[in-house]
Amino acid sequence: MSRTVAITGIGVMAPSGVGRKAFWDLLISGRTATRTITSFDPARFRSRMAAEVDFTAEQSTLTPRELRRLDRAAQLAVLSTRECLEDSGIELDTLDPGRIGVSVGTAVGGTTSLEREYLVLSDSGRLWEVDGSYLSPHLYDAFVPSSFAAEIAMMTGAEGPAAVVSTGCTSGIDAVGHARDLIVEGTVDVMIAGGTDAPVSPIAVACFDAIKATSPRNDDPEHASRPFDRTRDGFVIAEGAAMLVLEELEHARARGAHVYAVIDGHASRCNAFHMTGLKPDGREMADAITSALDEARLAPEAVDYVNAHGSGTKQNDRHETAAFKLALGEHAYRTPVSSIKSMVGHSLGAIGSIEIAACALAIEFGAVPPTANLHEADPECDLDYVPLEARPRDLGTVLTVGSGFGGFQSALVLSREPRGVRV
Amino acid sequence: MTATSVTGAPVTGLSAGTAPPVVTGIGVVAPNGLGVQEWWDATLRGESGIRLVPGYDAARYPSPLAGVVTGFDAAAMLPGRLLPQTDRVTRLALVAAQWAFEDSGADPAALPEYTTGVATSNATGGFEFTHREVRKLWTEGPGRVSVYESFAWFYAVNTGQISIRHGLRGPGSVLVADQAGGLDTFGQARRMLGKGAALVVSGGVESALDPWGLLSHHSGGRLSGVRDPARAYLPFDEAAAGHVPGEGGALLVVESASAAAERGARQVYGQLAGHASTFDPPPGSGRPPGLARAARLALAQAGVAPADVDVVFADAAARPALDDAEAAALEELFGPYGVPVTAPKTLTGRLTAGGPPLDVVAALLTLRHGLIPPTAHVERPVPRHRLDLVRGEPRPARVRTALVLARGHGGFNSALVVTAPSGAPAAPDADRGPRTEPDADRGPRTEEEGIA
Repeated sequence: MSRTVAITGIGVMAPSGVGRKAFWDLLISGRTATRTITSFDPARFRSRMAAEVDFTAEQSTLTPRELRRLDRAAQLAVLSTRECLEDSGIELDTLDPGRIGVSVGTAVGGTTSLEREYLVLSDSGRLWEVDGSYLSPHLYDAFVPSSFAAEIAMMTGAEGPAAVVSTGCTSGIDAVGHARDLIVEGTVDVMIAGGTDAPVSPIAVACFDAIKATSPRNDDPEHASRPFDRTRDGFVIAEGAAMLVLEELEHARARGAHVYAVIDGHASRCNAFHMTGLKPDGREMADAITSALDEARLAPEAVDYVNAHGSGTKQNDRHETAAFKLALGEHAYRTPVSSIKSMVGHSLGAIGSIEIAACALAIEFGAVPPTANLHEADPECDLDYVPLEARPRDLGTVLTVGSGFGGFQSALVLSREPRGVRV
Repeated sequence: MTATSVTGAPVTGLSAGTAPPVVTGIGVVAPNGLGVQEWWDATLRGESGIRLVPGYDAARYPSPLAGVVTGFDAAAMLPGRLLPQTDRVTRLALVAAQWAFEDSGADPAALPEYTTGVATSNATGGFEFTHREVRKLWTEGPGRVSVYESFAWFYAVNTGQISIRHGLRGPGSVLVADQAGGLDTFGQARRMLGKGAALVVSGGVESALDPWGLLSHHSGGRLSGVRDPARAYLPFDEAAAGHVPGEGGALLVVESASAAAERGARQVYGQLAGHASTFDPPPGSGRPPGLARAARLALAQAGVAPADVDVVFADAAARPALDDAEAAALEELFGPYGVPVTAPKTLTGRLTAGGPPLDVVAALLTLRHGLIPPTAHVERPVPRHRLDLVRGEPRPARVRTALVLARGHGGFNSALVVTAPSGAPAAPDADRGPRTEPDADRGPRTEEEGIA
């Protein structure tokens, strides 16, 4: 008997505020959370904007020890995990811990902590041979990002497989895809899965400055992330996390859980072309989409909404548009496509999971989030990108995709909970 | 064969009835040898690659020793255009992958589109490269940061660069689970092949031995402070006092049994028969650590009983409590002195995600040559461990099944069962080692804009 994977809990720490409700409210309103960077002085940088998550120690449930010990990305993952567990109502301590696993996507791991510790150890970069007398006992957890998965496993008591998935900007989608594989193959029944990144840090901002991947529209941060618009000029870096409770569907039904959606298929491809560049034809992303739909046993015509990668770089949006046409054919022109990065920015290895959360909520509430800031479509981007305003729509099946440095192209298919028994 | 988990649910990763995937090519970049033959010979001879980290005054640090790859001339082995854009870790990985392909004879271009993939693990990224760039950022300003920093640094760099260099356009994966992640890549390769891939480059390579990297390793609190290279890393020894880190690792060409048979692969080193990973219970739960459970699940997936295991390549943490826990797991699985146990990584140090893949290579060569490489330097095994620890000379043994174990900081456990090739005996060894190749890669492109 085939096993189906259900999403039964959603936790989101997105740049709109704390929790999935604030996140969905932002998406539906079409407002944006991009702004001038507040976490450090960005004056020296080409792109001085980010979408940051606002939470204070008092607002959060993090203990002083967790605040001291955990990198910001780990903090976001922990808070999202608490929310998704509460949302799902799952009582993990009643289950076999060996049948619970953890999969956390992150592109750059503990970057913010690493850089902060580096400045201490190197005396602001002066010393090549860093000075060990200021060594933090928590440095190793920033050095090796699997500490994020260990943290979530420890807090949930999961004793099945645990790992960080780190495929750059497709980490968030691939971490959920990996979790799905583990449930479908029968290794576990429950996965705590998602993604987190907190890269609003000088070195990360400088990386993307160096290749002009991020937008320089510093005088208008609210409108800087402009996917599919003719005037788009790069992405806006962001932080955030989304964690999900994934359960084998019958397991979820047996305990009367609310099912947001089921994850029908996932596939990843490498373009084997260039570490940052994209071939305009979009063939590898198209094959990832086709392969994910095959796994879902769905035809392209079943797709009711495409949650695009839509980073807002010149190359990406053209590449992706071509991929949708290749994979979906004429149906691509009839299908709403939107990018929530227009509102919450691009949180690297987290955004794929945040977008899966958006897709599950879109199915739940019957609405397509818009592409903000899209006033004048690029002639080369000629699909229906749902500009500016959310659109009510009954959604049976949703496709979400990701694309990242290293050539990674990923696709994941979600559907409304099927009625009756699936075979 | 069909396996079931302890709870009765099917354990797959491959559909029942499918032959396990096979290893057809190996590339090794290790502190005590470049190329699989050089490394294996050094391992059997007991030659260590553990030394004072060169290039700076490492002696000022509390743990100054590491397994250091020497004689690696990246400029002679890789196309020039790859040098400015890669950290040492990626150069080592690209050479290991190239050697694995040369060894295997597989031609990715001859396989159906999108059926060739990459599954690597890397726990520390392009660390020295990033050290230089972050230093430039803070001493010279953002305008001096390399255009390559964004992708020379991240944990996915080796998978991405290998896929580009060899035209591997199927699934790409990067798992990080500290040391254990290097073994998880083989479970991931099984999974990818089970879902339709024909060939997966699998394994891991690590390198972070610059001053900041070395100190970061030390910050985990598990390094030995002993300064004698022959006494610093002594797992299962009365004098165990932590481990020595290291750089290097191995990449393997893993193929579905049918793909290898169809192309008439010239050699099969062995089969990846079963894999499982687990996580330790939270402190205070009263439940045992998850290593034995990972081993049992991997054995069940392989359809192998503990009594069929001929050798164990241990995690060998060399912290007394961790050694005790591993010894207890082995006694629980095999009984006291129930199976030969070894840790050739005593000659290389623990290579983070690069270590377990090198142990898998050691297991495969043990199957082939019938010689178990010894655990070096250990003179006083802890008696209460009741392990049959292979020490001294390599031990001749008929080995059909090997178990490889790995643990990672925080509570990760991973286990892989490797079995001898089915059917005909393997082909004799071919000479392998470092070599150069013409630059067959594409020319440079402009770096005007990223995608992310």
